[in-house]
Amino acid sequence: MEKNITVTLRVWRQKDAKSKGGFKEYQVTSTTDTSFLETLDILNEDLVSKGEEPIAFDHDCREGICGMCSLYINGHPHGPATKATTCQLYMRRFKDGETITVEPWRSAGFPVIKDCMVDRGAYDKIMQAGGFISVRTGSAEDANNILIPKEKADEAMDAATCIGCGACAAACKNGSAMLFVSAKVSQLALLPQGRVEAARRAKAMVAKMDELGFGNCTNTRACEAECPKGISIANIARLNREFLKAKLKD
Amino acid sequence: MSSIFQSSIGRKLIMSITGMCLVLFLIFHLSMNFVAAFSGSAYNAVCGFLGTNWYALAGTAVLALGFLLHIIYAFILTVRNRKARGSVRYAVEARNSKVEWSSQNMLVLGIIVLAGLGLHLAHFWYHMMWAELAGNEYEIGATDGTGWLQYYFSQIPVVICYLVWFVALWLHITHGFWSALQTIGANNLVWIDRLQKISAWVAGIIFAGFAVIVIGFALKVFPLFD
Ligand code: HEM
Ligand code: SF4
Ligand code: FES
Repeated sequence: MEKNITVTLRVWRQKDAKSKGGFKEYQVTSTTDTSFLETLDILNEDLVSKGEEPIAFDHDCREGICGMCSLYINGHPHGPATKATTCQLYMRRFKDGETITVEPWRSAGFPVIKDCMVDRGAYDKIMQAGGFISVRTGSAEDANNILIPKEKADEAMDAATCIGCGACAAACKNGSAMLFVSAKVSQLALLPQGRVEAARRAKAMVAKMDELGFGNCTNTRACEAECPKGISIANIARLNREFLKAKLKD
Repeated sequence: MSSIFQSSIGRKLIMSITGMCLVLFLIFHLSMNFVAAFSGSAYNAVCGFLGTNWYALAGTAVLALGFLLHIIYAFILTVRNRKARGSVRYAVEARNSKVEWSSQNMLVLGIIVLAGLGLHLAHFWYHMMWAELAGNEYEIGATDGTGWLQYYFSQIPVVICYLVWFVALWLHITHGFWSALQTIGANNLVWIDRLQKISAWVAGIIFAGFAVIVIGFALKVFPLFD
């Protein structure tokens, strides 16, 4: 049953990328069936009506598919729910009167722009380095021309569910983006269409990831535990294989 | 090929290969110690046989190099990873039950292992291989491995230090063994949980093996026969 819930939000406020930030506390009343982002909307409306600056945070689809929403809530990326994004987090997860700490992603690769909003352009740059296949456009080929084993198609599809949200790097004590890169390499490496450029892709994407200052994976599995799409670190093993194989052939 | 070690995965590859060599060495070392558990004279024969032969010296040199690389890269990786994490830390960090404690504390565990190693080298290597090389003489002979085992492990503080050392090693290898395989890409959806279990067994057996040797000598039940 829907109930009212009043919580204290301890939110990171930071004017811009260069300013020093700090926490500020706000009380807000919402309901157990209200989403966490809607609760922030309620708070923001209140702030605007008082003439204060609203809290900046990222969001878009609000249905767990775009990867825009972020926020490090009570020590977890996307909050305490497993396999869920922040837009899929509801207030019934919290207790009445609870203090909830809300922080931006903390990773050198994701600098804070304002408040709880970070620049995740680094992931786009990694994609641009090789996360695609080169195809000649034209009419679509017959789907049965290239036969793909079901298990491979399934694994590729699972890897392709990565929404590029950045929770992996945000959760990682090494600030490593390996889970994301491994998902993006795997979704193509598993399919014949992606094999053609597989070696070049693995090298280019890892080089870009390193260049952008992400850390070295030490296989803690924190990324996997916090990934809203349940991407497995088996993909990281595949990325390592693809990369080492490609480098040894150079 | 040459640029491989300038990449994040390449640096991890060094950790993985050197770490695996160290694990293999530990298994070799342990199997020799088990000789001591049964027969003191047989163990001394092994010590005498290895002694300061060229192959024992070459093996020691390769091992030392592997250790050095492992330690140097441990620090390089840790420094880089701290930098990648950024200068501002989270105010609240919840522990995730799916994350092994040891996987996040490999450096701390490694430093304890290093301290234990220092003690161990001072106890045994210095009085055995080094003594032979430098011509130092002690009451217990340079190839009397059993004598040294009996001498040191009759001291309770020494026994406690060794056991703490072994626990750190245990935790380090519990994560390290499967992590090293994951690093070289030898893992997939099916093997991921199996490898973690195998890793726990490998680490557990290494720990139990060394602990039994030390405790057996401390209680003076080893060597079992002569
Ligand atoms: C006999 C002693 C040792 C053994 C058997 C051993 C074994 C291993 C293994 C198998 C790994 C996994 C490599 C990977 O994830 O690819 C590892 C990682 C690591 N070791 Fe050791 N190690 C030993 C001593 C040390 C020492 C003395 C230090 C540091 C002072 C150290 C620091 C580390 C660190 C920081 C890692 C994590 C690196 C990473 O995952 O990137 N180790 N070790
Ligand atoms: S791997 Fe998971 S946590 Fe990382 S970007 Fe993709 S969906 Fe987000
Ligand atoms: S807003 Fe799109 S995934 Fe949350």
